[in-house]
Amino acid sequence: MRRSAVTGVGVVAPGGVNREAFWDTITSGRTATRKITFFDPEGFRSQIAAEADFDPHAAGLDDQEINRMDRYVQFAVAAAMEAVTDAGLDVEQIDRDRTAVTLGSAVGGTMVLERDYVVVSNHGQKWLVDHEYASPFLYQALVPSTLASEVALKFGAHGPSVVVSTGCTSGIDGIGYGHQLIQDGEADIVISGASETGISPISMACFDPIKATSRRNDDPAHASRPFDRDRDGFVMGEGSAVLVLEEFESAQARGAHIYCEVAGYANRGNAYHMTGLRPDGAEMAEAILDAMAQGGIEPEDIDYINAHGSGTKQNDRHETAAYKRALGDQAYKIPISSIKSMIGHSLGGIGAVEMAACALAIDRGVVPPTANWENPDPECDLDYTPNEAKRKQVDAALSTGSGFGGFQSAMILARPQELQEVGI
Amino acid sequence: MATAPEITSIPNPERRAVITGIGVIAPNGIGTEKWWEATRAGQSGIGRITRFDPSQYPAQLAGEVEGFDAADYIEQRMIVQTDHWTHMALAATQMALEDAQFDPEGKDPYRMSVITASGSGGNEFGQKEIENLWGKGPIFVGAYQSIAWFYAATTGQIAIKYGMKGPCGVVCQEGAGGLEALWHSRRNILRNVDFVISGGTEAPIGPYALTCQLTTGRLSLESDPEDAYRPFDSRANGYVPGEGGAIIIVESADHAEARGAPQVYAEVLGYGATNDADHPKRSTADGTQLGRAITLALERAGIGADEVDAVIADAAGVPEADAAEAQAIRDVLGNEVPVTAPKTMVGRLYGGGAPLDVAAAVLAMRDGVLPPTTNLDSPAEGLDLDFVTEPREAQLRTVLVNARGFGGFNSALVLRRP
Repeated sequence: MRRSAVTGVGVVAPGGVNREAFWDTITSGRTATRKITFFDPEGFRSQIAAEADFDPHAAGLDDQEINRMDRYVQFAVAAAMEAVTDAGLDVEQIDRDRTAVTLGSAVGGTMVLERDYVVVSNHGQKWLVDHEYASPFLYQALVPSTLASEVALKFGAHGPSVVVSTGCTSGIDGIGYGHQLIQDGEADIVISGASETGISPISMACFDPIKATSRRNDDPAHASRPFDRDRDGFVMGEGSAVLVLEEFESAQARGAHIYCEVAGYANRGNAYHMTGLRPDGAEMAEAILDAMAQGGIEPEDIDYINAHGSGTKQNDRHETAAYKRALGDQAYKIPISSIKSMIGHSLGGIGAVEMAACALAIDRGVVPPTANWENPDPECDLDYTPNEAKRKQVDAALSTGSGFGGFQSAMILARPQELQEVGI
Repeated sequence: MATAPEITSIPNPERRAVITGIGVIAPNGIGTEKWWEATRAGQSGIGRITRFDPSQYPAQLAGEVEGFDAADYIEQRMIVQTDHWTHMALAATQMALEDAQFDPEGKDPYRMSVITASGSGGNEFGQKEIENLWGKGPIFVGAYQSIAWFYAATTGQIAIKYGMKGPCGVVCQEGAGGLEALWHSRRNILRNVDFVISGGTEAPIGPYALTCQLTTGRLSLESDPEDAYRPFDSRANGYVPGEGGAIIIVESADHAEARGAPQVYAEVLGYGATNDADHPKRSTADGTQLGRAITLALERAGIGADEVDAVIADAAGVPEADAAEAQAIRDVLGNEVPVTAPKTMVGRLYGGGAPLDVAAAVLAMRDGVLPPTTNLDSPAEGLDLDFVTEPREAQLRTVLVNARGFGGFNSALVLRRP
């Protein structure tokens, strides 16, 4: 069976717009949530978000790229450049016919779609909008596939390219898709990950009527409170992460730094509700067990769980139940954390950012904390690594995600057997 | 020891994927047989846009599904929660399940999946809600916006309606996504899923979605349907968008046999996908990467070029893109294989387009007849392929379907009759 090694990591996230700044943010417990500055949020129920202070020029994009790419595409291109450089790949030398791009996004180009909509409709006044006012790259915003085509174009990747759009599991699923392409021999290198920039009026307005987002508007720094008793919804975020996946033997042969490998990946549907979750966590537990079975991983092998931990009442309860169901008593012994407490919930992007956090946790032996955890919730009674990072050898990390549509995903990253230190 | 999961997604290359059901909602016919009859006869479903008044737009033609009433298929509660795109997919799903004679009720939920393609999601629903936001204010945005317009809405709603808990997916590659969805269904069948609702639909005929499409410069601006979408023709001048598509049931061959499926239309035998990675906007005039996708599909299928009995072409309708496809076909398959593009009768359906072409391919094999490419009177200079311009009887065992998507996506799928 062909295996996937993670050889490069790139991140654009709130609180720091590259891999090292991101790692510094999430291990220091700093929160990057704030009052929205991208537009005036007056009149919205939730007025807070984790915004990234991203400068596309500083990230290496040229003027034409910045002009034609929506913000979420810019994020992904920046993260991909960082990941490819980190992997030490020379794009002129690799077999670009065997290089694939698999990226997730839940809401795609909504920022440009909304920006242009306001103009062509003259502020929402015209159903029959004026096409003459459309910008020349507007179609690229309508179709989310642009995320993959632009990243493929950036690196001249002629292999399969696809955007996976399974709501808020898109990030895990984007990487899982790439892993399957390597397993099946459809590609040898995959630029995989996800990107989302949904801090725009229409995306924020989506979540207001269903009360999914936090309205702790007077205290944004402490608004994202996964697993805490006083949590009141998620805080919108934005971000992108790219992992370079390589066929394991070829990565080893070229002497690449191997962060970890994809030990297992699974997704399931809950066949229940587009936004609601049953409290038993049965389908997420199935996804976890499938991912474990693929890698021959036992509950005792898991050193860290990176939770979806969105901070909604339902999610955190559901997820806690899923961990107990899949891992039994061991669920109480494994440190768990939700980095959404610090960098918010970037919808389809976050799953990839969380996989990046897992790869770095394995590489560096640190478990990032859950910030803002103050008061225990009797229904969430596991170890959520409150407020302070923990030094710990991490050989296997599990990450889970839940998405609108009823999707449940799980992925396990692990230090390859052949690279594990022999214990005494 | 950990508890064993209901299914383990470790690929088993021995497992095979077959098509056992089809449901069609198309501009020239609702229901598989009605559409197929019209398609065989060369009847077009393209006309002036009626969904809104198109007078102010330079492109005014579309393939609209006339006479489709969502209430014939789905309950009112669901209709208000979903976009027209999802309505058509739910209706087509019902037809496909009936065709496959499969009732998901009581079956192992973890072995059933939904994997669809989407080009632009629920854009009409989205335009209404964004109009509420900007015209009236944030509190006027309805609760269903969050679940109706995003690209995963169709897959999610189908999975919930039919109780399917297996690996679900949504793939976006513009016009190529439909083939990827079918092959991704096969990837999941290798990983122990038995039954997948796949394919896709699209509903791109709204004022804002049309405005977006106009910015590509690829839409035909002709007003007479016969002048508008003329792929491979010397008067090719762009394409006409259309709505609808097909839901395709992809099933493990063993499962289909064990349950006595009423028919196996074809095996999903080989697939290749590439990206031009050439230009952010322009059509490539170079068929190399599409040709490579075709070659990969043949290699995965384990067949030679001479075994391909017909090609359903992508047929962009844009001269340089037509030339690239003709070159790719000629380079890999030669110029004697019949080539047809029945989408000239419906327009380009984006996420729904390739699934509809797959439906055409398998029915062509079943009935031994190739549907025509309409509006193709005189091939453009240098395009010396065997274009099928009238319905043609042919013994077909293996058909290749090409699909491309804006952004350089190229796909080719090999289907074989059992």
